[in-house]
Amino acid sequence: MRDTKIAGLEKMAAGVRYDILNMLLKCGAGHLGGSFSIVELLCVLYGSQMNHDPANPDWSGRDYLVLSKGHAGPALYATLAHQGYFAHDQLDTLNCGGTDFPSHPDRLKTIGVDVTTGSLGQGTSQAAGVAYGLKLAKRDNHVYLIVGDGELNEGQCWEAFQFIAHYRLDNLVVIIDDNKKQLDGYTQDVMNPFDIAKKMEAFGFYTMKVKGDDLEAIDLAVSYLRRVGSTAKCIVLDTVKGQGIGYFEELMDNHSVKFDSQENQKAAKAALDELEKLMNREAENV
Amino acid sequence: MFELTENRNTKGRELRTSVVESILELIKENDKVVALEADLGGASYFNKINKAAPHNFIQMGIQEANMVGVAAGISIVGYVPFVHTFAPFATRRVLDQIFMSGSYSKNTINIYGSDPGYCVGTNGGTHTSFEDVALLRAIPEIVICDGADDTQVAWIVKEFAKMEGVHYLRANRKAVRDIYKAGSSFQIGKGNLIFEGKDVLIISAGELVSDALDARDILEAQGYSVGVIDMFTIKPLDEKLIIEQAAKAKIVVTFENHSVIGGLGSAVGEVIVENRLNPIFKRIGVEDKFGQVGSPDFLKEKYGLTSKRLVKEIKTLSGKM
Ligand SMILES: Cc1ncc(C[n+]2csc(CCOP(=O)(O)OP(=O)(O)O)c2C)c(N)n1
Ligand SMILES: [Mg+2]
Repeated sequence: MRDTKIAGLEKMAAGVRYDILNMLLKCGAGHLGGSFSIVELLCVLYGSQMNHDPANPDWSGRDYLVLSKGHAGPALYATLAHQGYFAHDQLDTLNCGGTDFPSHPDRLKTIGVDVTTGSLGQGTSQAAGVAYGLKLAKRDNHVYLIVGDGELNEGQCWEAFQFIAHYRLDNLVVIIDDNKKQLDGYTQDVMNPFDIAKKMEAFGFYTMKVKGDDLEAIDLAVSYLRRVGSTAKCIVLDTVKGQGIGYFEELMDNHSVKFDSQENQKAAKAALDELEKLMNREAENV
Repeated sequence: MFELTENRNTKGRELRTSVVESILELIKENDKVVALEADLGGASYFNKINKAAPHNFIQMGIQEANMVGVAAGISIVGYVPFVHTFAPFATRRVLDQIFMSGSYSKNTINIYGSDPGYCVGTNGGTHTSFEDVALLRAIPEIVICDGADDTQVAWIVKEFAKMEGVHYLRANRKAVRDIYKAGSSFQIGKGNLIFEGKDVLIISAGELVSDALDARDILEAQGYSVGVIDMFTIKPLDEKLIIEQAAKAKIVVTFENHSVIGGLGSAVGEVIVENRLNPIFKRIGVEDKFGQVGSPDFLKEKYGLTSKRLVKEIKTLSGKM
């Protein structure tokens, strides 16, 4: 028997992935690859590790999540909807004129979003500022910063990392979504990242490598890091772009997926069916 | 010399295709032409340059500031760099690099900033540039062009390659309506007087020139005499043409896919006031607002950048005469 908490998170992940796919399908296109690769992470953070209250999004004791790779906004919205921040059907308005759910997270528009992102790199410094401010104010909220592996190309990330390490912001965890791809292809080919974990260590971070589809491992790592003090902290999350649905994992151009081909539409429909089964699976069968 | 197309309702090549094909032609003539891209090669089609001429392509990754600096550096040793990223990242994100490594140092950087203003569509407010022209206009010696159709965009790219310095082209990635016949040529710093008019003068730039021409059709049918200038070079500005044409008009309006602050409208207004011309004058553009998500058509409507709005504004102004 698997832990019931993990079984619950598994169902949550299926539900979140379902909603993301559904949203993008309705829009006709969207950032699928990088949304799917952080589903398990978001489920652990919101479903298990973060202090937050959907009924009181501005609660002063809440932990902060900064999605610096803002193009994965749909993944965050689906997670927040699952947690009850807003009605599910609101997700259908993604990217429509006048929506509160823009492609990239906007703190002035969406309930539960604390930091506006979209221009890559900028979430890192804002997260560092939030963490520094929380320390100054002697508050014990935590900050979770999600950065793309391609996003690491931006020099601003490394400026923020120096700052975080220099000031030993141990109330912040940098989580790098190492899905090995960016927009134009593999990170290896576009701009070689070399060994990301070693780089983070060299920058002064206590660094863990964690499998990005392993809910239990992510849960353990985040919970452990919460208790590690006096150092900057990083998780290099080993993920797959398009994670969770074989067809989209294998699709080479899966950064932004267009549903204008029969093939992609068929695969999406099949994936929705498969995910629906996982969502409705009874606990004892797990 | 430019000639107008016979059918303004057809669309030409995608503008990114125009840019890419022109760069590839330039590379054939001059091996020193290089294209730099910041991980948007799939979006700009610069990946086609990588395929056809890998030696002349530099993948920068998501490093806009570094890209502008590298472009400046490579020009020091004789290369002719063309860089691409979305308009906001090609301008406001890298402003000091454009300033010091580029213009101030008299290095050469040709910039294609794509999807300016409402062209951004569902990439939304963070990716919207309603201020790119204003930002660059304040930097000495920069050439700023707003591409009106694929013929003009292709010409601009070719022309940039002949000149030293920092040159900025803002243009959609997608196809836009035709204005000019293939083979038309232009002159940097010279506005295109498409039509002369007696009552109203519309000065526009970029793909909105098509909408300005639509507005002219409507107004002419209602008895107005309307001139239209395609001011595709916003800097250096064709002051002579503005003075000459604005002096004859009762109403002058500017019409731009940009904030009314600091762009074409401001530039034209400065010329009109400083030369003591006295037409009724109005800038039509984005009213000091941020962008948002939505389809380009939705955004166009939302920010009042349609021919319908233009007609309405002009009629209101003429009521005041
Ligand atoms: C400053 C900036 N430059 C370019 C872009 C366009 N862009 C959006 S996503 C992306 C690739 C991101 O790759 P990565 O960080 O690896 O994200 P993931 O693989 O998780 O989708 C690019 C170039 C942007 N949003 N911001
Ligand atoms: Mg990636």
